[in-house]
Amino acid sequence: MIPAAFDYIRPASLDEACHVLRDADASGNDVKVIAGGQSLLPLLRLRLAYPAALVDLGRLPGLRGVEDRGDHVFIGALTTHDEVLRSPAVREHVPLVALATATVADPAVRHRGTFGGSLAHADPAGDLPAVAVALDCVFIARSAEGEREIPAAEFFADYLETTLRPGEVLIGVRVPKLGAGWGFHYEKFTRTAQAWAIVGVAAAVRTEDGSIAEARIGLTNMGSTPLRARAAEEALRGLSTAHGDSGVTIPGRVHDPVRDACGQAAEGASPPSDLHARPDYRAHLARVLTYRAVRAAGS
Amino acid sequence: MPRITVTVDGITYEEEVEPRLLLVHLLRDRLGKTGTPIGCDTGNCGACTVMLDGRSAKSCSVLAVQADECDVVTIEGLGRNGGLHPMQRAFHSEHALQCGYCTPGMIMAAIDLLRDTPDPSDEAIREGLEGNLCRCTGYSNIVRAVRRGAREMSGETPATTPGPASATTSGPASGEEVRTS
Repeated sequence: MIPAAFDYIRPASLDEACHVLRDADASGNDVKVIAGGQSLLPLLRLRLAYPAALVDLGRLPGLRGVEDRGDHVFIGALTTHDEVLRSPAVREHVPLVALATATVADPAVRHRGTFGGSLAHADPAGDLPAVAVALDCVFIARSAEGEREIPAAEFFADYLETTLRPGEVLIGVRVPKLGAGWGFHYEKFTRTAQAWAIVGVAAAVRTEDGSIAEARIGLTNMGSTPLRARAAEEALRGLSTAHGDSGVTIPGRVHDPVRDACGQAAEGASPPSDLHARPDYRAHLARVLTYRAVRAAGS
Repeated sequence: MPRITVTVDGITYEEEVEPRLLLVHLLRDRLGKTGTPIGCDTGNCGACTVMLDGRSAKSCSVLAVQADECDVVTIEGLGRNGGLHPMQRAFHSEHALQCGYCTPGMIMAAIDLLRDTPDPSDEAIREGLEGNLCRCTGYSNIVRAVRRGAREMSGETPATTPGPASATTSGPASGEEVRTS
């Protein structure tokens, strides 16, 4: 379908963008920000969204690129998924971002779609939000009033909703480096290639002397926002990683306590029901995928 | 209405466009580039894939205004001197199409893949083409064609190729392979 008509504004600077957005809000105009447009354009075409105007930030200078800043990696909001994947700083210091980004859609979409756009779009089925909450990323928002830091845990408000205020633009994200001893994995369950995750699990695990010292688990598509599997994280602490099992009970074989801990992965989650999966099946997937992700990250 | 300047297959156009005009509609309806088909409404199928500033993009998921000052190459702009691009020839010789609807997008995605991976494995080809759907499900021949296209583009003449087809990227194809539609 052809999208409903809208006005198009392409600000020349970030300041201008902030003012345009603030004025639009003050006058009650329904505007949407567009960057790569890989999530928004399908919505416009299906007429699930019909804003009065699009504010195109796609060419704003200074918001694109990855910087190694000592204790964290800063990823500019307009950095494309493709650029994230090519970044040595991402691959070396925050590999979980690369692992999840590699599963986003397909190469053509990754050429256009942006890191900040996927996060600000706040689709709980998107792969990057779960990574952001697992790593406790910090979102940097800019408005006409100045800059504001938003911890990942406070950024995602609801389905497709963030705590960005009217007139605020996400300009980049600080991704903390977790340092030595950490392993990472992103486990995504999809029905077909390039599909959205039915459930995804982002895991960061620190092992020490054969035991799990610390685990961070982010869940994709297990609620209206990305979630942390706190109960499983807690239960995993201190467990030995020595006894991987296949999930089949074999008499005499040692059962893997890590699997039991991952059994708490869906605790507190309210997974959605849709064409692909019912909530109970999603909860089952979360448990199974968390085990796979934790084993892969912690070995 | 916004005025844009866009280069398509080597020709620069100045167009006034409605903001909601999709790049694929600009290409097809305004510029007559009907070699780029429209397959779906959701950015899934990849049939409309073109090169946008040198990298593959789904032209149904780009607004024409977003392509302002960009360089677009469609399937129609691949051939040189009236001949086919080596990847087009490879799809032809390997019978990598049935209905042909997905073919332009497949070829663009394949050429994009080879920019980073000039000699891809079968697995890399399947991964690289994951954003392009063939509803005739002729994937095996498509993978074979991409392998052959990769060999031809790297300058190696496949041992199984009959005929005089030149094996360089810019070289003219043999006359009998020229197709116009």
